[in-house]
Amino acid sequence: MDFLRPASWEEALAAKAEHPTAVPIAGGTDVMVEINFDHRRPEYLLDLTRIGDLYEWETGERSVRLGASVPYTRIMEDLRGELPGLALASHTVASPQIRNRGGVGGNLGTASPAGDAHPALLAAGAQVEAESVRGTRLIPIDDFYTGVKRNALAPDELIRAVHIDRADGPQQYSKVGTRNAMVIAVCAFGLALHPESRTVRTGIGSAAPTPVRAKAAEEFLNAALEEGGFWDNGKIITPSVAKQFADLCAGACNPIDDVRGTASYRRHAVGVMARRTLTWTWESYRGTATRTEGVA
Amino acid sequence: MPGRSAPLGTPTKVTQGSKTKGGIGESTLRPDGTLKVTGEFAYSSDMWHEDMLWGQILRSTTAHAEIVSIDTAEALALPGVYAVMTYDDLPTDVRNYGLEIQDTPVLAHGRVRHHGEPVAIVAADHPETARRAAAKIKVEYRDLPVITDEASATAPDAILIHDNRTDRHSGHVDHPNIVHRQPIVRGNVEAARERADFVVTGEYTFGMQDQAFLGPESGLAVPAEDGGVDLYIATQWLHSDLRQIAPVLGLPEDKVRMTMSGVGGAFGGREDLSMQIHACLLALRTGKPVKIVYNRFESFFGHVHRHPAKLTYEHGATKDGKLTHLKARIVLDGGAYASTSAAVVGNAASLGAGPYAIDDVDIDCVALYTNNPPCGAMRGFGAVQACFAYEAQMDKLADAVGMDRVEFRRLNAMEQGTLLPTGQAVDSPAPVAELLRRVKAMPLPPERQWLTAGEAADVRQLPGGLSNTTHGEGVVRGIGYAVGIKNVGFSEGFDDYSTARVRMEVVGGEPVATVHTAMAEVGQGGVTVHAQIARTELGVAQVTIQPADTQVGSAGSTSASRQTYVTGGAVKNSCELVREKVLELGRRKFGSYHPAWATAELLLEGGKVVTDAGEVLADLVDVLGDESVEVEAEWRHRPTEPFDLRTGQGFGHVQYSFAAHRAVVEVDTELGLVKVIELACAQDVGKALNPLSIVGQIQGGTTQGLGIAVMEEIVVDPKTAKVRNPSFTDYLIPTILDTPTIPVDVLELADDHAPYGLRGVGEAPTLSSTPAVLAAIRNATGLELAKTPVRPEHLTGTG
Repeated sequence: MDFLRPASWEEALAAKAEHPTAVPIAGGTDVMVEINFDHRRPEYLLDLTRIGDLYEWETGERSVRLGASVPYTRIMEDLRGELPGLALASHTVASPQIRNRGGVGGNLGTASPAGDAHPALLAAGAQVEAESVRGTRLIPIDDFYTGVKRNALAPDELIRAVHIDRADGPQQYSKVGTRNAMVIAVCAFGLALHPESRTVRTGIGSAAPTPVRAKAAEEFLNAALEEGGFWDNGKIITPSVAKQFADLCAGACNPIDDVRGTASYRRHAVGVMARRTLTWTWESYRGTATRTEGVA
Repeated sequence: MPGRSAPLGTPTKVTQGSKTKGGIGESTLRPDGTLKVTGEFAYSSDMWHEDMLWGQILRSTTAHAEIVSIDTAEALALPGVYAVMTYDDLPTDVRNYGLEIQDTPVLAHGRVRHHGEPVAIVAADHPETARRAAAKIKVEYRDLPVITDEASATAPDAILIHDNRTDRHSGHVDHPNIVHRQPIVRGNVEAARERADFVVTGEYTFGMQDQAFLGPESGLAVPAEDGGVDLYIATQWLHSDLRQIAPVLGLPEDKVRMTMSGVGGAFGGREDLSMQIHACLLALRTGKPVKIVYNRFESFFGHVHRHPAKLTYEHGATKDGKLTHLKARIVLDGGAYASTSAAVVGNAASLGAGPYAIDDVDIDCVALYTNNPPCGAMRGFGAVQACFAYEAQMDKLADAVGMDRVEFRRLNAMEQGTLLPTGQAVDSPAPVAELLRRVKAMPLPPERQWLTAGEAADVRQLPGGLSNTTHGEGVVRGIGYAVGIKNVGFSEGFDDYSTARVRMEVVGGEPVATVHTAMAEVGQGGVTVHAQIARTELGVAQVTIQPADTQVGSAGSTSASRQTYVTGGAVKNSCELVREKVLELGRRKFGSYHPAWATAELLLEGGKVVTDAGEVLADLVDVLGDESVEVEAEWRHRPTEPFDLRTGQGFGHVQYSFAAHRAVVEVDTELGLVKVIELACAQDVGKALNPLSIVGQIQGGTTQGLGIAVMEEIVVDPKTAKVRNPSFTDYLIPTILDTPTIPVDVLELADDHAPYGLRGVGEAPTLSSTPAVLAAIRNATGLELAKTPVRPEHLTGTG
């Protein structure tokens, strides 16, 4: 096993082009576990820890460009306002030690359906900035997950950053695990209200071969909100709408029975989380809307 | 019983050394506490020796199969490999080992009986080379049908897990796939049932728990010039290991020198051998030091677990709430090898009625041989599984009678003098009703603690914690109670002794005591307690605790809550013998100077010989001079006797330990997630030798009980008998966010049979914690919940 240590991003891209089987490593919270357990012996490890850019983020007017290696701790502490869904997701990642090292780039690279960041990225509508010696491209998150632990990256590409729109409305994230901390998701759910576009987006984790959106649920809810003029009148979402949304979210799952939980439970739990996160975000939106009206 | 006036018991009075600082009753600190918390403690896996090799074990990938062939050629050819050994390479005819029954092959011979059984061992100059070499060993298996439960084990045509049994239980079991059976029959259950106004039944299932100790199995074997071997090892009982290791190596016991090295914890999981023999074999074969370190994955296969159990219980009560009878059947799954299954059967059966007065009892308990992972000792040892069942029954029965659940228990609680179903009288304080009263009287934690003034809900106080699954929706509080009884020390006629060597001499102008035992310090606190006892008994400030090794006699196992009692008792006894010798020395040297040497009761206090009236007769420094006074002596608790094989009658136990819990839980009833808010405990400890250490034991035991209530379970595939979750990713143990507030109320009612009146402490809190949490979840959800651990599926009907 060769250990490649590029000093710059350009060197890293060159190394990845030369050795497409090289496995990038930054926080090492996934890769090192696999190596330590002898589950994986890559020919090359591509150490990205010398590339300082990857640990930085830029907050633009509309979006945040989040370096692939920005640790979850930073997202929790410094990006709560801009990226509330991802910040909540970051809270649920493993332990403080892991959150100090791991970042979103690793979650995306591994592309496990249980990665904690995925539902939040799906709900927010993120784009993955992938780069190779051939050039840069932005991959919409909806197209990123291609199979169990597979993603849309070409063999010579590296993840440089993730572009995530700054929240224009409330976002929520829930994760079910069988203990109260340091647990792999049995299933997870992210939801973001986008008042500017008058849409709702969702993300589901650990309940299908890949992270998925509940598209039928989103379409149903978008239509229901539009029809009822909810975005303007800020009325309470009726229980029947919430229930149908929850059922459609549960229906978007394609889970399995495994040692962490049953398929039936996962479907059920996604439905409960969908209903609750919709209520929380909508109540928060109504509160904001009411206040705005009061001021106007 | 409520309202009774008889005193429950009295505290111990100590005269000798009562003024000595750092003596018994004080909360002295563990020497390794800070090191462990800061990560600086040297565990056995941290040992290093120049030129050492690394050992690796190849384990079976299937649970039950014939071994058709083993080809080691490729492994041996790998550069860096020094040795590959299989069954055929074992040096003597002794090729099995075992704590009670020698049924466990050092390396598999012709057949593997469980997933992860050792088949071959490798020594290489690098751990990765050793792993690679092990992977190159070709084992051809021919799969056999797996036996996974009572039906498949006892079917008439069942494959026998062990052929031609000759062990002491083989004669009285109904089927060779039953390790041991112990009925306990007292009174007449059929007649008593006629008197019952209410009869409740239940079938309960207890999952397989892992000890999940810190510091996976590891050790270093160093070959010696005399042909022997020095083994540095983290274990629970050095001399028991020695007795099993030496014959396999073909060495006399004095050529296998064992020294304790850094242990993280044990909880029963280090009572059986793990890599001891393998490391020694490789060291003797290669002539080089060999270190073996399991990783966590291997550790799940490297030690026995808590027996999973199926328990069928029937209780009756009269309409005024008095228990009439108990009929119970307990089936423990012992897995592929016996380990301590037989003793676990004895415990589960004899304590199967719990801490209640019941005259008419019929309990039948068996342990099975199956192809599941071997099970043996774990904190609570059979009493845990029974407590889970009888406490669920007590709630059901109280509800049937229409009584308060705590009052129902108190009405039926045993007391000093009550006969156990074994016919043995409880001959020391048994404050069962009082413990329940105390735990119920503690203030309840406030409702809806997650509501913080005007802010968003504090999710850390809610089920799901920072996973943010509820802000209070669906959350229902539940409260549950439980109480349990655990025996202390080895039962059923076992010669349960310990040995202590104590020396007193002058070092640097000060009297110093040195205590040497073979006691394994696995976290129980003996390391502080021995020093405290020596200070109290010898009146000195300085005590040196020697490392535990086999250069002193056996201390017995660090298990069964017995070490403070038995090795503590041995240290006390040896100190008393030293004290007599020191006083004798003093009389010889100074007796003529003061009549009190001959007439007064003499004490050692503050480094001096004093009379009981406080008059100083001499400095110990002067009494001892250049001499050192040393005693090594064995010490035994009172003897017990085996249970009758048909009736289970007999004076089987030494002592009992009682604890009661009240659990307060918040349950997210929609998601099936549980947050245990508080687990209050009241326990009688006889005499608190180290109060801080005792509270730590109670809190730790309580938390381990919580683990099996809501998350901990080794999941074995019933079709293949393979372990599905051998990692901390999927075998979950409580984190600090899962650990509730644990207020502890300690009683000290002396047991006159025990040193200082003390009781073993470590296990009792593990018993009642689990059923208390289950009762609280039942209280919140209204569900029956007959299985532990409770999973979200069980609470949401999505299993």
